[in-house]
Parts: sequence; C-alpha cells; structure tokens
Amino acid sequence: MNLLLAGPVVLPLLGAALCIGAGRSRNAQRVIAVLTLTAVAVLSAVLLLRVDDEGTVAVQVGGWEAPVGITLVADRLAAIMLVLAVLMLLAVLVYAIGQPGAEEDHVGFHPVYLVLAAGVALAFLTGDLFNLFVAFEVLLMASYVLLTLGGRADQVRSGMTYVVISLLASALFLAALAFVYAATGTLNLADLSEKVAALPTGVRTGLALLLIVVFGIKSAIFPLFFWLPDSYPTAPSPVTAVFAGLLTKVGVYALLRSQTLLFPPDTRPGTLLLVVAALTMVVGVLGAVTQDDIKRILSFHIVSQIGYMVMGLGLFTVAGLAGAVIYIIHHIVVKTTLFLVAGLVEQRTGTGKLAELTGLRRLEPVLAVLFLLPALSLAGIPPFSGFVAKLALVEAGMGAEAYVVVAVSLAVSLLTLFSMSKIWSNTFWGPGPGTDSGRTLTAPRRALMVGSTGGLVALSLAIAVAAGPLYALSERAAADLMDTRGYVEEVLGR
Amino acid sequence: MRPRRSLILDTTLRLVFDAALVLSVYLLFAGHNQPGGGFVGGLVAGGALGLRYLAGGLDEVRATLPGRPWHYLSAGLLVAVGMALRSLVGGGAPLDQTAYTGDLLVIGTAKLTTATIFDVGVYLIVVGLVLLIFEGLGEHPSESPVPEEHGS
Repeated sequence: MNLLLAGPVVLPLLGAALCIGAGRSRNAQRVIAVLTLTAVAVLSAVLLLRVDDEGTVAVQVGGWEAPVGITLVADRLAAIMLVLAVLMLLAVLVYAIGQPGAEEDHVGFHPVYLVLAAGVALAFLTGDLFNLFVAFEVLLMASYVLLTLGGRADQVRSGMTYVVISLLASALFLAALAFVYAATGTLNLADLSEKVAALPTGVRTGLALLLIVVFGIKSAIFPLFFWLPDSYPTAPSPVTAVFAGLLTKVGVYALLRSQTLLFPPDTRPGTLLLVVAALTMVVGVLGAVTQDDIKRILSFHIVSQIGYMVMGLGLFTVAGLAGAVIYIIHHIVVKTTLFLVAGLVEQRTGTGKLAELTGLRRLEPVLAVLFLLPALSLAGIPPFSGFVAKLALVEAGMGAEAYVVVAVSLAVSLLTLFSMSKIWSNTFWGPGPGTDSGRTLTAPRRALMVGSTGGLVALSLAIAVAAGPLYALSERAAADLMDTRGYVEEVLGR
Repeated sequence: MRPRRSLILDTTLRLVFDAALVLSVYLLFAGHNQPGGGFVGGLVAGGALGLRYLAGGLDEVRATLPGRPWHYLSAGLLVAVGMALRSLVGGGAPLDQTAYTGDLLVIGTAKLTTATIFDVGVYLIVVGLVLLIFEGLGEHPSESPVPEEHGS
C-alpha cells in the first residue's frame, strides 16, 4: 500500500536522477524514462483497482500522523486521474522519442519530463493543501523548461506570459494558504474539512472564492484563461500535447477537490460556478472559431471544454460530478490525441496554418482518420466518448433544472463541431495533391509517432465502448466527493 | 578572455574557501536539531564556489571540484530518493526515518539518522545546481576580475 501511494511520486524522481546520471547517452535515458513511466502506470492501475474495491487509502509520510505530517491519500477520483495522467505521459513520451526535435536535441528533456510526472502525481495524491502548492510548483518548474525547449524568440516570449501568470497564481495560492492557516490552524485537507465548517460564513465564502480564483487561473476558466491559447501552441508538439491533456486538468482536479471537500454545502458557490462555466464554454469556442492555426484552435477548445467540467462541479449533485469526472476522462485522452495529430501534420507539412494546408488525405490517409475520430468525439457526436460524457452532463443539468447552462453547452457543441470540421476539411480535404514539405520520417520514427497516437485513439474508442462501467466508476467517485466522511476518516485514522 | 586576477581576492579566497566549506558541512550536520540543514549548507558551499568564480572565472570553478555539475545533481537526487525508497522497501511509510548510534573511538558517540542522509542528498543537489548555474550562465566572465557593484 505504501509503495502504491508513494511510488508514483518517488519512482519518476528516481528515474530523473538516473537520467541525469546517464548524461549524453540518449538511448539509456529513453530506456530509463519509458521503464519508469511503465512501472508507474502499473502501480497506479493497481492503486485504482484497490481503491475502487476497498475505498479511500492513505499513507502518512515520515510516519507523522495527520494533521501534523503530510498525508498521501487516494480516493477514486485521484486514482482515476493518476492512471489517465500516467498513460498520457507514457504515450506522449513514446511519441516524443519518435519525433525529431525536442527530445533528441536536449539532454534535459527526459529528467525534466519525469520531474513533471512526479509533480502531476503528487498533485493528485497529496492530502495537504500546502503540499498541493509544492506539487504545483514542481510541475510548473518542469513545465517552464519544457515550454521553452528550443529557445526560439516566440517561445521565450509566450513562455514569459506563462511564467508571469503562473507566478502570480502561485503568489495568490500562497496568500490563500496563509489565510486558511490563520483561520483554522491546519492545512491538512481532511482536518480542514472539519474545521472550515466552524468558521463564520463570510470567511468561508472568502476562502472558497480565493481558491476558485487560484485554481481558476491554473485551469484556465473565464475570465482567467487568456494566458493559455497564447503560450501552449509555441512549445514542441509533444510538450503541447501533454500540457493540453494534463496541466489544466490538474487545476480542475484541485477545484473539484477543494470545493467539495473543504466547504460545507451552504457555502458552495454553485450558481457562480455555473455562470463561469457557461461563459468559459462560449468564450473559448468563439475564440476558436476566429483562429486559423490548428494548434491555436485546439488551445481555445481546451478553454471551452474546461467549462463543461466546471459545469458538472457547479451543479453540486452526484450526477453532475459524475458527469464532470467522465468528461475529464474523455477530454484528457481526446485532447492529447488531437495535439499529437496536429504535431504529425506539422511534421509532414511544415505548417499549422489552415490557409496553407490542403488535401493532406492523399498523402496521409492514416492521419486523416486519426484526426477525424477524436475530433468527432470532441464535438460530442455519437457513438464516441464525447457523446457519452456530454450526455451525462446534460442529464445531470436537466436533473438539477439548470436549463440555461444545458442549452449553452449544447450550442457550444455545435460550434465545436463547426471548428473541428473546419480543421479537418481545410487540412485533409480540399483540392490539390496535398501540402508537403518533403520532410518524411524514417520508418521507425513514424511507427513510434503514429503508433502512440493510434494507441490513444484506440483508448478513446475504448472509453466509448466501456462507457457503462466507466460511468458507474465516475458515479462512485462522485459519491465519494459528495460524502466526504470516508476520506476524512481514512486520513485522520478514525 | 581570462580576467586579470586580483592578489587581494586570491589571498582572501585561500583563507576563506576551506573555512566556508567546513562551515557548510557543519551546517549540514547541525541541521538535524539546530538551525542549518542540507539546503543551507549547500548554499554556503555555493557561496564559496561563487567566490572562486569571482576570482578566476568558470575555469577555476571547474577545477575546484572533481566531476561535472550533473554528477552532483544526479548523485544528490539518488541519495534523497534512495532514502524514500529505503523506508518503502521495508514496508514503512515513505521517508520514515531510522536512527543509528555508533561508537567512533576517538571522536565519541555519534548518532546518524536517515533524515541526515536525505539532507546530504539535498546538499549535493544544491551544490550541483550552483555549479550548473555557473556552467550555464558564467561562460563569458566580464573583463574586470570583480564585477561592478551593481552586479552583485
């Protein structure tokens, strides 16, 4: 049990140490990194099965009992997020090894990537608000490096925006931590869950709003999303893919966790979150419609889709949260895949501008299919995973009589379909022999890149096929979130 | 281009450098019960290396310690993570600590906790990081042996 909970954090750090030691031998680094992430994937899958079977599990780091020490804790939501995150990290790592560029040219890619993995795992597993801050810092430090690998002027410029915004969010987070500690005298999430309830309503609302702003910046909700479409597209494709799939979702996870665990039902800002969710969906998708670059369109869609997850949270019902969880499952896989395909397109054509792309289906029929399936899924066309996820959210919305946000979410789906078909018809359809930069890949490289992308497409199809059991799992995870007693008792050892 | 060396700085350095390293090691071990620790110790050692850099530039920093910066980073991270794994393999909580007491003949009785070994890892990481910063940013030392006042 201890190994299951601590392994996903400790093993990537061990891998990072070995990768630094391996130095310039790229092949040794590759073997270490892939083995490490595979081991973590196995551990986290076992953890998920175990948690789903036996309920929440917790470990006290250093043997110091909560609330004095730091707790590592996994409930169903954390375990689900962890499994998905590690699978994405592994698939993108394989893709990056295939792609000429970032991974090959930089001795630091593998160590930093593994540190990012450790940070993401810690963010999901920690049961301590300050430790969550540390986890965010670890993954942000790693992301600063990955974002600017290559050191081109436009990367450094958008990297600056990203760094400044992240530092601002971190400073706010630290201030929020200070307020929470001053008000309650603890930062352990389970302990807070009991102590926050005793605070005056005004203080509780203030803390809840402050945490929404902090995690809102990290998860790019309206109106705090502006940094995202600016900074993500310039990074190397594998890096953009893993950021798009994971980093904002770490923010969403923190939102879900803090709003459900810390605050009692009467301070839950449901209406506010629903309004923010609707605005996030609309503004994100409208931003996407006006763009003409594949990666920028996809980046705006990240924002739009965060809205759906926040909508599930804002309903504050088991059905709503279950919808949010299954939406996150679907989104992480599909979004990562789309960015990987965008990277393959850029690799082949040398550009991501829709105006310069045409007829790629003749050159790359496989890519056309690999893009089409997740794109339709993203728009929520049956029978793909996006349909399942959106259906769950819409049903939850109807159940909670939140008709406006449901209507908005359906309209936004249509616009999503519009901009996905815009990308697809511009890039793969159209006249001409197809845009070609003449940069073809060697067979093994191509196998790695297309293989990992294809694997993720298969995974997203599998989500649709296994929708029933997955929704049941999401519902159990949501029930855990709504009823925090199991979590609190496990952590505080009662 | 090699900067001109300053006699005063070189002489002072000879006196201060070793003392600073001893102080850094003292802080590292004192950190278990008193102010100090691996991070602070590493920073003091980094400060001593900084003096070397001021006196002789990057070449002098490179000549001071054996190995390259990333060897220190890697070794430090391995030691620290190793301590976390050690307790896990034994079935304990991650980073759980154990104390060993030994009789060191002349020096007396010494107590060594695994937390101190973890701190040695932190110390090495900080030293490695400082070395790496000089490696990455220190390649073109200014012409004067000591940077201008505002540069410090």
